Amino acid sequence: MTHLGYLMAGWGISLVVLGGYAFRLVRRGRSLSALVPEDRRRWLESSGTDSD
Amino acid sequence: MAGRDERPGNTGSRGSRLLGCVALASLVVLGVLAFFLTGPDVRLHPTTGEEFGQFDAVRMLYLHVPMAVLMYASFMLCAAASVGVLVKRTPWWDVMAHSTAEVGTVLCGLVLVTGSIWGRPVWNTWWEWGDVRLMTTLVLFLLFAGYLALRRTTTDPRRQERKAAVVALVAVLDIPLVNRSVAWWENRTLHQRSTLEELKIQDLTLFTLMFGFLTFGLVVWWLTLQRFRVGWLERAAIDHAVGSAIAERRSETSADELDAAIGVTDEQAGEASP
Amino acid sequence: MSEVRRFLADARMVAARDLRIEFRSRVVVGQVVPFALLVLVLFGFALDADHHTLRTFASGLFWVAVLLSALLAVHRSAALEQSDGTMDALRMSGLPPAALFIGKATAVFVQLVLLEVVLLGGLLVLYGVQVVDPALLVVAGLLAGVAVAAAGTLYGALASGLGVRETLLPILLLPVLAPVLIGATRAFDDALGAVAVDGWAWTGLLAVAALIATVVGALAHGVLIED
Repeated sequence: MTHLGYLMAGWGISLVVLGGYAFRLVRRGRSLSALVPEDRRRWLESSGTDSD
Repeated sequence: MAGRDERPGNTGSRGSRLLGCVALASLVVLGVLAFFLTGPDVRLHPTTGEEFGQFDAVRMLYLHVPMAVLMYASFMLCAAASVGVLVKRTPWWDVMAHSTAEVGTVLCGLVLVTGSIWGRPVWNTWWEWGDVRLMTTLVLFLLFAGYLALRRTTTDPRRQERKAAVVALVAVLDIPLVNRSVAWWENRTLHQRSTLEELKIQDLTLFTLMFGFLTFGLVVWWLTLQRFRVGWLERAAIDHAVGSAIAERRSETSADELDAAIGVTDEQAGEASP
Repeated sequence: MSEVRRFLADARMVAARDLRIEFRSRVVVGQVVPFALLVLVLFGFALDADHHTLRTFASGLFWVAVLLSALLAVHRSAALEQSDGTMDALRMSGLPPAALFIGKATAVFVQLVLLEVVLLGGLLVLYGVQVVDPALLVVAGLLAGVAVAAAGTLYGALASGLGVRETLLPILLLPVLAPVLIGATRAFDDALGAVAVDGWAWTGLLAVAALIATVVGALAHGVLIED
């Protein structure tokens, strides 16, 4: 396979960045969830564009 | 967005977890398609019979192009949500605008990086000044980096949701101007007019590209969903903290002290009580 | 008709106030204009004092110096509203936000034109450029000035009151002004005879940018000072 280094770099950086971003989001969500009572986590209950 | 979670305590719901699994699985399938099932781009010169083309570097196509399209989609959603912020003034639109802007900026950075890495073997340069799409994307990245910087200036997002909406809309309005100015500036581009025409695209290549759109669509959907929930929790956490602080202060203060503090005398209090 | 006249009178009043403050404090004349000249001199040092190089890049250096100095002028213009509760007073005064915007942008524009004139003198004397098409130079300079003043005033209002205005303003404003920088530089390239391009076409782009910046700024200003 030609250009293997470029391919590995391109795909590797993309997957690592997206994975790292996803990991950070999940972790941040976990730590914030601890601060909020369950009834305020609205996607557990309903959906839509209702306001606060 | 999805049914009740059996295990409360995070931003996941049954729907989003399923979405995440499907996205991961299709990433794996995309990898197999892109690296093993599709062929390299090798063309034969009609007169000399020499081999030319992008060879295996063409496998960047299935990564770079879907991310670029999803990046533009994210910023379009951000602009639409920003209009929603200005018109409706509800938190849903603001969290949506912030989420799509952040996911879009991550994608935009990756599009620049993967484009540069792809450009090196194919165009023989890491960076081409004057390439319209390249420069437009760079300015877009800087505009939304500014947007995110503005949003980071305070921990309470409500204080500047309308300011942020204006910044996002100006950024999106600015893009055609940037694009036109760079086009006139150098009037050259190394990007294929249409990748599909330029490359001798076989059916499987086209399918893989379409599958790339689908895969990154799912990935971006999942990321935006998670980011939205984080944003929603940030607001809820602030509200909850304020609410519980007030309740705490209330419980520290006895009813008499409270009456004295707001200027109700004993007689008035006595009259008021049944 | 009378509404338009009242709007213009309000805008003129705000512009006159800002310019009067500037005339008395002389911050732009005493600090921003010297800064712009300093930038020109620094470019000269950095580019090895080669007249030929400087002439080739004169228009680009000119507009980079204008943008950097415009940041200071915009910053100063926004800071005027921050002292002594001026913003609250203006909010209470019932002045239309769009008139306030046009007035403040006009004051910044006047200061930018002054800055451009001084910088052009610097180009002629220090870099030894020659003006080939004075009409193009003037029109492009004025239109770019409108675009920078309008976008700058909008973002100045936006970044004010955040406590990090000094650092936030450049990264918000400069990318937005990228097309203006390209357009104005190309128009000046033509007007100074440095590069054979169609400067008037670029002036058209500057006109569009100026129009968009002014209209969006006037519409959005109400949103920004409300918060």
